[in-house]
Amino acid sequence: MSNNPVRVHAVAEGVGVAGAMKAVFMRDMKVAFRQRQDLLNPLLFFVMVVTLFPLGVSPEVSFLREAGAGILWVAALLSVLLSLDHLFRHDFDDGTLEQLVLQPQPLFLLVLAKTLAHWMLTGLPLVILTPVLGIMVHLPGNSIGILCLTLLIGTPVLSLIGSIGAALTLGLRSAGVLLSLLIIPLYIPVLIFGTGTVAAVSEGAPVGAYLALMGAFLVLALTLAPFASASALKISMSNS
Amino acid sequence: MSEPLLQAVNLQCERDERILFRDLSFSVLPGTVTRVEGPNGSGKTTLLRILAGLNDAWSGDLYWCGEPRAGQRESFLRNMLYLGHRPGIKPLLTPMENLRALMAGRRPVSDEVLSRALEGTGLAGYQKVPCRNLSAGQQRRVALARLLIADEPLWLLDEVFTAIDADGVRAIEALLQQRAEEGGAVVVTTHHDLKLPGMQRIVLGGGQSDEQ
Repeated sequence: MSNNPVRVHAVAEGVGVAGAMKAVFMRDMKVAFRQRQDLLNPLLFFVMVVTLFPLGVSPEVSFLREAGAGILWVAALLSVLLSLDHLFRHDFDDGTLEQLVLQPQPLFLLVLAKTLAHWMLTGLPLVILTPVLGIMVHLPGNSIGILCLTLLIGTPVLSLIGSIGAALTLGLRSAGVLLSLLIIPLYIPVLIFGTGTVAAVSEGAPVGAYLALMGAFLVLALTLAPFASASALKISMSNS
Repeated sequence: MSEPLLQAVNLQCERDERILFRDLSFSVLPGTVTRVEGPNGSGKTTLLRILAGLNDAWSGDLYWCGEPRAGQRESFLRNMLYLGHRPGIKPLLTPMENLRALMAGRRPVSDEVLSRALEGTGLAGYQKVPCRNLSAGQQRRVALARLLIADEPLWLLDEVFTAIDADGVRAIEALLQQRAEEGGAVVVTTHHDLKLPGMQRIVLGGGQSDEQ
């Protein structure tokens, strides 16, 4: 069973970064699909908030058309926020996170793979459901299109920023409240520009600048958040 | 003997305003087994986590192959295998999927080799059962299967004998012995009365290190 002789290996004699990222991504996907009810939770929350709004506030078409995009954005934001605690928690508890930190590949890229899996499992399904709920709140067709686009750009930003908070609060027993307090202020600009884009389109104003800003948020989060999350993970690991 | 794989010089660690150890110096040479001993709470796991690079709350110097470890993260991690208290096993995945995922980040291994490693730890026939249906000891055996296919020269093993039956313990002892003979280095923390010829001991709680 052994492989003599035992010697120190060069770093190149291992798995490349792409292979390791793919393995992390695939494992998270596989685990998620073994536990489907967890997958449905953020979606159900999203649908419930959006459907309860007309019942609780006003079913008037004019009100819903005005507030619809905002309602959908807020519901999506909270839904992502609720799912964040799971991003690293289970891995932390069962020890797979330790093994992830000890992989020879750069940790921020492995964290990026995990965050991508998180977005595919929470953010992307929300974007896919949005047209249906958009019709329900009487949004006009072009608004729905732009709303989907802003969510498609915006939800990855939510996952990426959220991963920093999830990593920072990992070692704490009751992380939920602190996580929300840390992350919500960072979500506000995304929310403002996300809903602002839809408002602009319904007024007939050009949306290029809004979308460019959203894109800038995404690029910024994509390049900086994984580094911050990886450092936060190491700190949380060190204190456990 | 050749140069030490891992060398610790004047390690000191403080936890909750209590000094766990200070001036702790030792070398881990290829072809040796090192046992870290001490009562509960004396810092065995903390020492192992420091050696693995999981804990940053320490002072002193650590050298990997003669050079400071800090600048050689990739080389160190590529050549070090750490098994902690928590086995690193996903309860929802099968032993095969777990082992494949753990190896996927380290080096390419064929499914046949993985399957044989699981059989080697007494998990034949359990390859396709989700790990949550396995006992605690069997779950640890999934993690231990990595030792059978590991090519890393340095092993850091935290309480490997926990939840393992008598036959399993003997098999692990034999494996550690064989590993040392092949030139690998093993650092192990355990309360189990591990006795191997030429074993180095690091005793925590008293703060000194000696060689047997």
